[in-house]
Amino acid sequence: MMKWPRRLFFLLVLLVLVAALVLWLCRDLAEPLPAAMRSIGASTLKDPGLIARGEYLATAGDCRVCHTVPGGQPYAGGRSVVTPFGDIASPNITPDNATGIGQWRFEDFWRALHSGIGRDGKLLYPAFSYTAFTKVSADDALAIFAYLRSLPPVNQPSGRLNLRFPYSLRDVLIGWRLLYFREGQYAADPDQSAQWNRGAYLVQGLGHCNECHDARNALGAVADRSMLSGGEMPAQNWYAPDLSTRRNGGLQGWSRADIVDLLKTGQSRRGAAFGPMAEVVTESTQHLTDDDLQAIAVYLQSLPARAVAAAPDEAFHDKALFDQGEKIYAQQCASCHRQDGSGVAGIYPPLDRNASVTEPVGVNATRVVLLGGFSPGTAANPRPYSMPPFAQQLSDAEVSAVVSYIRQAWSNHASAVQERDVGKYRTTPVD
Amino acid sequence: MNVRDILKTAAVFFGWRSVFVIFTLLALRPVTAADAAASAPIPDTLPQRMAACTACHGDHGEGAADSRFFPRLAGKPASYLARQLHYFQSGQRRYAPMQYITKPLSPAYMREMAEYFSVQQVPYKSSPVPTLPTAVLQRGEQIVMQGNPSAKLPACQSCHGKQLTGVEPNIPGLVGLPYDYVSSQLGSWRTGTRASAAPDCMAQIANRLSPDDITAVSAWLASRQPPADTHAQVAGSVNPPLACGVLGAKGDGA
Repeated sequence: MMKWPRRLFFLLVLLVLVAALVLWLCRDLAEPLPAAMRSIGASTLKDPGLIARGEYLATAGDCRVCHTVPGGQPYAGGRSVVTPFGDIASPNITPDNATGIGQWRFEDFWRALHSGIGRDGKLLYPAFSYTAFTKVSADDALAIFAYLRSLPPVNQPSGRLNLRFPYSLRDVLIGWRLLYFREGQYAADPDQSAQWNRGAYLVQGLGHCNECHDARNALGAVADRSMLSGGEMPAQNWYAPDLSTRRNGGLQGWSRADIVDLLKTGQSRRGAAFGPMAEVVTESTQHLTDDDLQAIAVYLQSLPARAVAAAPDEAFHDKALFDQGEKIYAQQCASCHRQDGSGVAGIYPPLDRNASVTEPVGVNATRVVLLGGFSPGTAANPRPYSMPPFAQQLSDAEVSAVVSYIRQAWSNHASAVQERDVGKYRTTPVD
Repeated sequence: MNVRDILKTAAVFFGWRSVFVIFTLLALRPVTAADAAASAPIPDTLPQRMAACTACHGDHGEGAADSRFFPRLAGKPASYLARQLHYFQSGQRRYAPMQYITKPLSPAYMREMAEYFSVQQVPYKSSPVPTLPTAVLQRGEQIVMQGNPSAKLPACQSCHGKQLTGVEPNIPGLVGLPYDYVSSQLGSWRTGTRASAAPDCMAQIANRLSPDDITAVSAWLASRQPPADTHAQVAGSVNPPLACGVLGAKGDGA
């Protein structure tokens, strides 16, 4: 006889719990802005010093690259960010009243950058890397906002999102944020130097390096934040290497100066920037101060050297493939990269101990052989040397042989690349 | 112990003559071609820097006629070439390998490359032409030289120059281009994967050509022997029959 009241009781408790959960999920998700930063006056935003600092920080954040369609008006949006869930067109962030951020107050900007919530209260898709930008300080955010407000307004409606169901439902982001988004400014580590902390702040925050340099899970999240352990770039088909000092696929042997050189000039004694990183160098890192680049290098060098993942043995011992690759290497590659894979200082990158050669997948070396290309043009290296594309000259089998060879020659120890994979990368779109 | 000490010690043991012989033998050891290539210094020249370009277009931009596709760049007006590089970079002209290669380059560097190719003088090579009935080639010649008034199609010659060698600064020559290249460019203008500044006269023209016309024009152009003087005509020497964004009233630049 006591059964029904008890069931009713449990049902009530369950209802209360569900209601609490719903209320909690629908709460204002944004962390409040520091009191001093509310109601920023128009005169503050016109401060030339603040605007100049904002321009520098926006450059450090590489904001323009995503918020500008190639050949279009800077910051007017429209570039499509290609993701496995569909394409997301970047919005116009010039101060146009109708189509840009002309009507935004600083609080609105802060909510977007720090909390990933749009001015209309909609949750933003994390293609906008607020998972990293949340670490940006309020002062820096204000400077960036002042800079964006100083740009000439461009009337250009933001493009439509082109996401597949169910990703097209913004509310699925409630769950995603619960799992993968930790809101909060960068907290300095008191055990580390000011330089280290500056580097960590830039790398983890504005630089949003981890967005590419870490693996993404099936929900497009970088599950283990700020580990910079390297990852495949979905949809773009590149591999952003491990930035720790790991052997075979990491920055083992890189000095602080090598890291600074690569970010400043596009190349270094240890390797060159290409693919998406070339654009990061030309648009962003080459413009950073030497102090900031040094700080970034200090932070990266402190990352623990990760253990090398053991590749299966059969991925290695294919003598016929290795021999064929060695022959092609001598004919096609050695005159620039040298027989011992050491490259030519300042001109052609070494292939021995090159993280992009030994990354776990083999996609980088394969695509560079197919596409060739120039090192990025920078102020320090305005007329870079280049590598011929071999797509029109080598068959899939030949590319697989030579790439497998360079991945296993000298001190490199990475798995072979299969012929069928080469064919796949021939059709990868450029952007 | 420095080198001199080592030599002295060796000389004490073997005598100076033996040391001399050993050194001579070392210096004269057989050097293979691969050794030489793999250690040769890298010349600081523009062609060396542009290995990515010359692999397909040739050291002097002569094109790769036997590839049936990669176009000749030598002698084309520098402004035209620089503009095309810019179009590839911005995605206005779409061809994945060129878009990738131009992406990290500055306008000044692209201009330097364009200037280099524009002044190269290398012999023309002929490329294979599909076997087509004579009537098709005649039709091609007619469109190129006279146009087709019923389709409001001006003659190619009216802009690309009497000898089809182009006009400074923005009109490319059409001689010596492979059949596959010309036909694919005309196709690209129809589908919008190649475009120029508005009003885009070449897009209008490509849309007025029928697919058969494209075959005929491309085949006739590819089969034609280049004239004795292959230089582009001087600026302002043509009157474009259509309004073109990249040309002034006299084809002398916008």
